[in-house]
Amino acid sequence: MGNLIDIKDVSHTFATDGGPLHVLDHLNISVPEGGFCAVVGPSGCGKSTLTRLIAGLMIPDEGEVWLHGERVKSPRSTVGMAFQNPVLLEWRSILKNVMLPLEIVPTKLTRKQQVERAEFLLALVGLEGFEDKKPSELSGGMRQRASLCRSLVHSPEVLILDEPFGALDAFTREDLWQTMHKVKAEEPFTGVLITHDLRESLFLGDQVVVMSGRPAHAQYVMDIPFDGPRVLDDLYTPESAERLAILRHQIEIAQGRATAEDAA
Amino acid sequence: MKLQKVIVPLIAMVVFLIFWELLVWVNGWPNYKMASPSDLWPAYTRYAELFIIYGWQTLWRTVVGLLLAIVVGTFIGMVMGFSRVMRDALYPLLVGFNAVPKATVVPIVALMFVGAHDFNTVLIAFMISFFPIAVSVSIGLSTLEPEYRDILRSLGASNMTIFWKIALPKTLPEFFGALKVAVTLAFIGTNLMEIVSPHGRGLGALFDSGKTNSDYPLMFAVLIALAVLGIVLYYIVVALERIFAGWAERNPT
Repeated sequence: MGNLIDIKDVSHTFATDGGPLHVLDHLNISVPEGGFCAVVGPSGCGKSTLTRLIAGLMIPDEGEVWLHGERVKSPRSTVGMAFQNPVLLEWRSILKNVMLPLEIVPTKLTRKQQVERAEFLLALVGLEGFEDKKPSELSGGMRQRASLCRSLVHSPEVLILDEPFGALDAFTREDLWQTMHKVKAEEPFTGVLITHDLRESLFLGDQVVVMSGRPAHAQYVMDIPFDGPRVLDDLYTPESAERLAILRHQIEIAQGRATAEDAA
Repeated sequence: MKLQKVIVPLIAMVVFLIFWELLVWVNGWPNYKMASPSDLWPAYTRYAELFIIYGWQTLWRTVVGLLLAIVVGTFIGMVMGFSRVMRDALYPLLVGFNAVPKATVVPIVALMFVGAHDFNTVLIAFMISFFPIAVSVSIGLSTLEPEYRDILRSLGASNMTIFWKIALPKTLPEFFGALKVAVTLAFIGTNLMEIVSPHGRGLGALFDSGKTNSDYPLMFAVLIALAVLGIVLYYIVVALERIFAGWAERNPT
């Protein structure tokens, strides 16, 4: 099997104060090596749980998560994560923030190479010259760029993005979408992107998975042929409009506001 | 601008001293009723040696008590910050302990460890000052956003690594805020014990002997010496804060 990420028949229930909460129900998702899977779905459908499962921060009650032919049972250093909250360490410079994973993950890079690697990534996302600044001196979009560099600095196989652009304004977000394509061209990775933004999922993903309402399974999977980095105009083609309409309808089904028969 | 920052407080201080001197002079209070600033200098020169010896005793015992409070307070804070159960168990105990006015504990400790001057003084300085440190550390740790933990945990970092790399530095601003309160409290604790403890040591004992002899100039001289020591200790903490948690201070833009 050529899949880098394999989520096989995963079910999970949380014990909460209000009783058991069944979030995932026989979820199946596969992402091939180099693929970029965008996961959309109604609020509270367990999308963040999915990221924690892939990262090995949680073990599912039932089913299996496989990464690169190995079953995930604990965190592994071949994963990079970025969240909606950039969680930069305020007391470190941007460069030191980006280099943080290299202090944890075993690396063959010399100290000088580590600095060069961090500087290369910062330049790639357009943060050249900000290496010595503190996070508090940067705008929200710039902090998110730095957070992205940190998640990539140890060359992870899998990049997990949990709504990384959710808190940004529309223009900054579109800027970062384009940055993502640039980064992916230079630094190949297999990505999982959790998002609430259907346009974002279309622009970045080569596979869009719509999760159903709780307990969630993969309700609908859309493949979008990927032929190199996209530009924003690609979002305004009739083809994209059609895809967007399908996804929107699927979300409505997931929310329980429409049925499959309503289509067309 | 810079000159103004120095001169204005200086003028205020001189005006205050003149006002004090005048008040005593106008009322014609003798030395055994109230001291005036002009009495202070003779008091210092007369007891110069005592001031240095006792001042040092007060200083080192306060600092040792405070260091103990930092170690124990940080440890309790860590325990409460990392474990919900321990927080539920310890918090009411701590609050209850803190609610007891320490002035009432001082005679007890003085009696229990009578004669052990250094020990009982350090003990009170510690007891009175560890609470704010424990609370601030525990709050700092328990309010750490889960994403911070996940960033490192997803790379396979141990809890200890997470503590050293993220939790501890992130708690430092709160810690130093508490330390500024604690240093003042420890100083109060030391002095309380020195005053209450029979045949005590330190500036508190000097103050007490001034009281016994109705030597107001000596008592006021001690007060001002204590104020100076307190200010020095406070600004040492402020300087440490600048060094270790200066990043938390936003530059005005």
